Amino acid sequence: MAVEAIGRRASRVPQVARPVRLPLTEPAPVRWVLIGAALAFLLFFLVLPFVIVFTEALAKGVGVYVAAITEPDALAAIELTLLTAAIAVPLNLVFGVAAAWAITKFEFHGKSLLITLIDLPFSVSPVISGMVFILLFGLQGWFGPWLAAHGIRIVFAVPGIILATLFVTLPFVARELIPVMHQQGTTQEEAARMLRASGWKTFRRVTLPSIKWGVLYGVVLCTGRAIGEFGAVSVISGHISGLTNTMPLQVEVLYNDYDFAAAFAVASLLTLLALVTLIIRTTLEWRAGIGNWTAEP
Amino acid sequence: MEIQVEDLTKSFGSTLVLDRIELKIREGEFLGLLGPSGSGKTTLLRVLAGLDWPEQGRVLFDGVDVLDVPLEQRPVGLVFQHYALFPHMRVFDNVAFGLEVMPRRRRPPKQEIADRVERLLELVQLEDLADRFPGQLSGGQRQRVALARTLAIEPQLLLLDEPFGALDAKVRVELRRWLRDLHDSMGITTVFVTHDQEEALDLADRVAVMNEGRIEQVGSPTQIYEKPKTPFVYDFLGEANKFDCEVEDGVARVGNKALPVGRRMRDGPAVAYVRPHDVVLRRIDDRSRSEDAVLPGEATVRFVSALGAKASVELSYEDRLVEAEITRENLAELEISRGKRCRLQLRLPHIFPKDPS
Amino acid sequence: MTASALAPRMPVWRQRSVLPGFGLTLGFTLAYLGLIVLIPLGALFVQTAGVGWQALWAELTSARTLAAFRISFGLSALAALANAVFGLLVAWVLVRYTFPGRRIVDALIDLPFALPTAVAGIALTALYSDSGWIGGLLAPLGIRVAYAPLGILVALIFVGLPFVVRTVEPVLRELDGELEAAAALLGARRWQILVRVVLPPLLPALLTGATLAFARAIGEYGSVIFISSNMPGVSEIVPLLIVVKLEQFDYAGAAAVATLMLIASFILLLVINLIQAWTRRRHGG
Repeated sequence: MAVEAIGRRASRVPQVARPVRLPLTEPAPVRWVLIGAALAFLLFFLVLPFVIVFTEALAKGVGVYVAAITEPDALAAIELTLLTAAIAVPLNLVFGVAAAWAITKFEFHGKSLLITLIDLPFSVSPVISGMVFILLFGLQGWFGPWLAAHGIRIVFAVPGIILATLFVTLPFVARELIPVMHQQGTTQEEAARMLRASGWKTFRRVTLPSIKWGVLYGVVLCTGRAIGEFGAVSVISGHISGLTNTMPLQVEVLYNDYDFAAAFAVASLLTLLALVTLIIRTTLEWRAGIGNWTAEP
Repeated sequence: MEIQVEDLTKSFGSTLVLDRIELKIREGEFLGLLGPSGSGKTTLLRVLAGLDWPEQGRVLFDGVDVLDVPLEQRPVGLVFQHYALFPHMRVFDNVAFGLEVMPRRRRPPKQEIADRVERLLELVQLEDLADRFPGQLSGGQRQRVALARTLAIEPQLLLLDEPFGALDAKVRVELRRWLRDLHDSMGITTVFVTHDQEEALDLADRVAVMNEGRIEQVGSPTQIYEKPKTPFVYDFLGEANKFDCEVEDGVARVGNKALPVGRRMRDGPAVAYVRPHDVVLRRIDDRSRSEDAVLPGEATVRFVSALGAKASVELSYEDRLVEAEITRENLAELEISRGKRCRLQLRLPHIFPKDPS
Repeated sequence: MTASALAPRMPVWRQRSVLPGFGLTLGFTLAYLGLIVLIPLGALFVQTAGVGWQALWAELTSARTLAAFRISFGLSALAALANAVFGLLVAWVLVRYTFPGRRIVDALIDLPFALPTAVAGIALTALYSDSGWIGGLLAPLGIRVAYAPLGILVALIFVGLPFVVRTVEPVLRELDGELEAAAALLGARRWQILVRVVLPPLLPALLTGATLAFARAIGEYGSVIFISSNMPGVSEIVPLLIVVKLEQFDYAGAAAVATLMLIASFILLLVINLIQAWTRRRHGG
């Protein structure tokens, strides 16, 4: 009896007459709605702001545009921006390589603390990054009286801008190199040493060539940030047109003077630079297979 | 160059990796360090290379302690496990590296470097691949480049870390023979590390079997295979069937035989180790006498695998499994099949005291 | 065996190594870090400590300061939430679907990282002001964006946008499609699969990305000050408050507020590290 019952139950299992599609992805209409929503979001928050920089810059015609970016104060701002980057980036490059070398090729206590300390500038608000130098070197700061007595100006002058930029861009190269060099390990360098290469020759001939893409990527990120930094530099700068304004600061000054077209003109240069940075980054990523291992502020 | 290792001890954290190692490596010898992972063999190699330092002990090259001698002055070469070829340099530049980084005073002129590199590439039979990059080479080719690169600096001690570990079985055998020939023609003292006992026994003049930071036994391949000093060595070098027995007054009772084990072994429980090819199967009713030990009771055949020249037979005896290796003629003759019962006869058992643990 | 052979050979705090330059590189690293980052930050803490508890408390609990923190943290939280939702959507669309221009869109996600904040600030203001392209459409509906708290929110969403996307994308890419297939074969419907199989492994990354966006938003200055009306108590963010105090030479007050901000940032950093450690433990790294 029981056997028959089972037999009957078994025969009631539905026979699948036609192939069933597994729900491995969303139905097409849902997909297109999602794509549309994502693109709309990006349009409003990403694309349009990008586009409007150029439309506003050229709103009064090309002539006004060219005049705005060749005006003496604008040129001075460009020069200061480039100078700042030219000093800050190489210094932080050397730091990044040294730090990455120490951290990835040796074992010692306190490594993760060191890495956290290197990441500090990322978690500090730009305004605070500039402010700490005012507290150190401002008139009422620790070294203020000493500096004033010796006629050295750091705050509200170019040295202050460079210091603030150094602070803010410090981690970039190190952060790129540490995972790359960590992954490569120490075997290659050991092999070079076994072949009697000196320490310096080992670094130059074996390590450097294998980290060149990481270095390039880090330098690009570092330069982009050095050029575009606003908050930290704004605090320490003094906003003296022609003297202590970088390009982002010049944008602010022009904007506050209601000279919108000029402000957007300078802004457009920065935006083009940002675009170039993005293109270089993307190309490097595709070429050397460096993924975005973590979000960078 | 003759090497003497004395009382070498090293820990990684709380783990003892090298435990008072004593080893003598003869001039021109091809020595294998054989052991499972964690046995300390690679650490010992690295200490010899100069990449690591012990907490205690000495390493003497021709009588001179080299542990404090800088790497550049040690006449040692090391071929890494995964070759560590410089990926951004061509084969030629890889091999030339050791010569090109020499201090200016000692560096040979460019043409001489090129000649020496070419000769080395010919030696390793890769002269056509000088312009290739490591990424374009096969595993066996990379291995030979790594070797050429190391030989370029004319080391007096050549160290090889698992030289064939990353290669296919077929390539492995070919390269083994080739490496042996190379060593014989060059005569450099060579030490290699491996976990593959077949490789060690095939290649080396002597083998040092290591386990948990200690050297269990050093000897020629024949010596350690035929006269293993410890159960570990026996076990590591091949399949082992283990049978309990008792030692009393210098004699072990195995089956129906009393085997002398020497005065030094204490009375008490012991284990007789027998290789599968030393297990002989007898018919139940076979009452003939034998010089070998015949075990009491019956064994039942559980599994027969008759592929290849020999047949593997798995039997259950008392509460354990026994692996026997017999000829196919024997298999047919005894009509061995699943479920068949027979008696076990043991040739050449090695008796070791039973480990209290 | 001589006595020297028995003496320990290695310095205790690190392993001896055959690679060169440890002392040089570590020394330089610590010196550089100390000079550029640690001493300046130290100055901040010392300055704050020197003010005295009474004054500190008065400063931090003044109406203006409290309002600034409320505005900064409140709007940043909302922005992080919005970025979490839309960031997940964008990451999903970029990883799972193909459409024309996908690669370009993917590259553009990093724009807020690359664009100077001042440029973002004036661009967003122009876009969302009453006469702007989008602001102009919203004004008749009575929605003010520029010069209103909503504008601050828009700016904070902009700067935080890449964080969630870039943190979720790699996790999404590594998701094993077999898990979804297995669930489907067990009879689950698509939305069930999404909620029960796909979403859980994404949550830690989502949380990390949102926290990163939040941390960035509370410190954001350049993008916000143009689009905000910057009125104390209404639309004044904490970084602006610090700048105002600096301009008034109220260094002590500025230092006090900054210290509080830093403490908040460090707590967030800790939270992020904890989330990541928890993820590693749970999913075996």
